[in-house]
Order: sequence, then structure tokens, then C-alpha cells
Amino acid sequence: MGVGILVEDLNAWYGSNHTLQDINLHIPANHATALIGPSGCGKSTFVRCLNRMHETNPIARATGVVKMGEVDIYREASPVEIRRRVGMVFQRPNPFPTMSIYDNVVSGLKLNGFRNRRILDETVERSLKQAALWEEVKDDLKKKSGASLSGGQQQRMCIARALAVDPEVLLMDEPASALDPVSTSKIEDLIFQLKSQYTIVIVTHNMQQAARVAENTGFFLNGKLVEFDSTHKIFTNPHDKRTEDYITGRFG
Amino acid sequence: MRVKFHQSLDELKERLLVMAGMAEQAIQRSIEAYRTRDLSICELVLHSEPAINRLEREIDQLALDLLAMEQPMAIDLRFILSVIRINADLERVGDQAVNIAIRVREMGAFANIDLPVDIPKLAEMASAMVRKALQAFIEGDAEMADSVFLMDDQVDKMNDAAYYALSSLIKEKPELTPQSLNALIISRNLERVGDHATNIAEDVIFWVRGADVRHNATPAV
Repeated sequence: MGVGILVEDLNAWYGSNHTLQDINLHIPANHATALIGPSGCGKSTFVRCLNRMHETNPIARATGVVKMGEVDIYREASPVEIRRRVGMVFQRPNPFPTMSIYDNVVSGLKLNGFRNRRILDETVERSLKQAALWEEVKDDLKKKSGASLSGGQQQRMCIARALAVDPEVLLMDEPASALDPVSTSKIEDLIFQLKSQYTIVIVTHNMQQAARVAENTGFFLNGKLVEFDSTHKIFTNPHDKRTEDYITGRFG
Repeated sequence: MRVKFHQSLDELKERLLVMAGMAEQAIQRSIEAYRTRDLSICELVLHSEPAINRLEREIDQLALDLLAMEQPMAIDLRFILSVIRINADLERVGDQAVNIAIRVREMGAFANIDLPVDIPKLAEMASAMVRKALQAFIEGDAEMADSVFLMDDQVDKMNDAAYYALSSLIKEKPELTPQSLNALIISRNLERVGDHATNIAEDVIFWVRGADVRHNATPAV
């Protein structure tokens, strides 16, 4: 099951660039939360702070508190442990090109030391079913490489890979922006189904997508969280004029 | 900036104001026909209806295109929904004008007697409501729209008074029943015009404030 995420006074920097400023919010468990905002507003940095990927850049640093459930991820857990609990899906599908579909899906588990064939088989089937890809690839699991799949299939395989380690949180950074409309709908349907089991945070430039899949939406601008509210409120009657200007295209 | 989209919203607003002008003119002409019993003015009202209906469809189509092609959000979405609803109310105002014109034409077959109801005054009040609601729409002024609701109470009272006065007259002088009934229906038509103005005011408030105040509801948005 997913866990809630509590963010308190989160600040992040790339070198001297203060990219996130005093972010406070609560992301509820087992819901999809969308993050919107113009390019460079800090939403991707924010997501990368939720699984401690931000700190992998040598000039980056962050302060503040991020609690995943009861765990303060910066003080009470290692980055490796956090990344097992927090799966991530990126804008472009990133399969391991030389690995089979099967090996792609279990790569995270193998990195964590799992070798039991039966458990790995079960995990592959479960994860690919959860990612709505099982029926399309079940006969070619070890014959085909992950890179041989279509873009939409690759992205669902990457989602299966993220789910294979049984995370509590799934971060998605524009997961459908490189996909065609049919593949996009499949990803959105998937988000809709998965949110009952995982806490999902999705960064998107597609506001209709945010409106379709997320219960809550946050609007970032210039490193600040301008508004966080129910998606319904944000897209029908936002509180802040800057949010309204952004979503109605009156920006800049 | 979504320049083309916002130009289309301006165009939608302009088209709706043309529609409003036509509906207002139809009501004014129908009352002028009542006042003067000039049947040629009744014909003018009847002939103007197809143009109003045509424009209603054009505005709906434009709004539908914008919803489908531009996926508007927030205040723009509320604006387009309001325009669709106001458009329907204006078309109904046009229908009320036609109904009044038909009644006036029927009254032409009878003697022009002095009835105990001030139809021009009621019409002026209902028209003022429409004008104020549309002014609120033009200026995006929710407070001005609020003031329309108070005017509706007055129009309702005037209609009620007309009902009692005319039904008493029918009892006292049954031979005046045709004229009285026609006047009663015209009074009711004008009361409906006031209701449409109230709807328009509610739509302006929905657009500007994002609050659904229909049927005395607590704002739902």
C-alpha cells in the first residue's frame, strides 16, 4: 500500500541557483497528485527530492524534511532504501537495451539480491499485469529485448520495472509526453488503477492529463509552490491569479 | 499567450451581445405593439425570430468548437459555459417577445379598453433587468449581477398584482375575458423575461466568481 508524503520547509539548490523555496505540502497516500508549472519552475527538482535523486548531482543540495510515511528520508534512511520504496518513471522510456523484457523487469530485484527463480517469475507476471503489458509480451519475455518494444510498451515495461520492487510511492516525470494518444491513454488508465495501491506523483505539462488522472494538483512557479488543492478546484476555479493565468494560457 | 484562443473568446462575447441586442429589441417592439395596437410591429417581431434562432445556433457552434479545440480551463471554461446558457436564455426572451406579439394580434380583434394592469411599466422593469444583467456580463461585474435578483422580486409582485386585478375583472365583467386573458398571458410572459434575466445574472456570477448560485444554492464551485 502507498504511504503519504509530508514535505516541510524543503529548499533545494543547484550550485547557487535556489531552485526550490520553502515547499510545504502533504501528498495523501493512495491518490494521484499532479504537479504542473512552466519549464524550469522546480517541479522535476521537487520530484527528485522525493527519492533523493537530487543529491546525485554533485553541485546540488537540499534542506528541510521529507517524510515518507513515518520515515524522514533524509535522516532515517539510505538513498538505496528510499529508491526501493519510491519507484520512478521518466519522460522517455529507458529500458536496459541489451536485456530481455524479463531481465528488464527484475533488474531492480536482482540489484537488491533476489535470485529465487520462482519469486522472480511471479514478480515479472504480477508487475507486467499491473502495467497492463502482460498479454502483449508474455510469450516473448526472454526472447525479445526490452528495446524492441514500441515506445508505449517500453514505458509500460519501465512502469512494471518500477513496480517489481514493490514500492510504496511511484514518481512519474512526464511519463506520457513522448507517447502517441493511444499509448498515453493506456498509461493514464494505468495510473487510475495503480493509485489504489500506490501513492502516485506525476509531473506533467499536459493539464488535461492532470485533470483526468489526479485528485490533487500543485502549481509550481519560479521554485515556489503557488497553490495546492483538489484538481477540481485548480482547474475550475483556482484561488491564485497566477495559477489561473497559467492554466488559461495568459502567462508571459 | 494563447492569442488566437482569446480572440475567439472576444468574438464569442461580441456575438452574444448581438444576440442580446436582437432579443431586447424584440421585447421592446412587442411592448410598443401592445401600447399602440400596431399589428405591423407584431409582424416585425414575428419576422425577427428566425434570425434570433439562427444566431443562437451559431453561438452554440462557436462555443462547442472552442470547448472541443481549445480545452479551456478555469475562468475561460466558466465563461464559455455561461455564454451557452445565456445564449439559451436570450433565445427564450425572443420567444417571449413572439408570444406577446401573438397576444397583441389577438387583442386587435377586440375593443381597446383600459385594463387594470400597467403592462408597459412591467415591461420596462423586465427589460431593465435584462439590460442590467447584460451590462454585468459586459463588465464582468458580479455585484451588478447581484442587484438583478432584487429587481426580480418586484417584477414577480407586479405580475401577481396583474393576476389578481385581471381575474377580478373577469369575474366582474365576463365580456372582457378575451382582453383580460391576453393581458394576463402578456404579464406572465414579461415575468418570464425577468426570470431569464435572473438566469443571466446567475451565469455572470458563475463566470466571474466561480460560484453556482442557482436555486438559492450555497456556492458549489
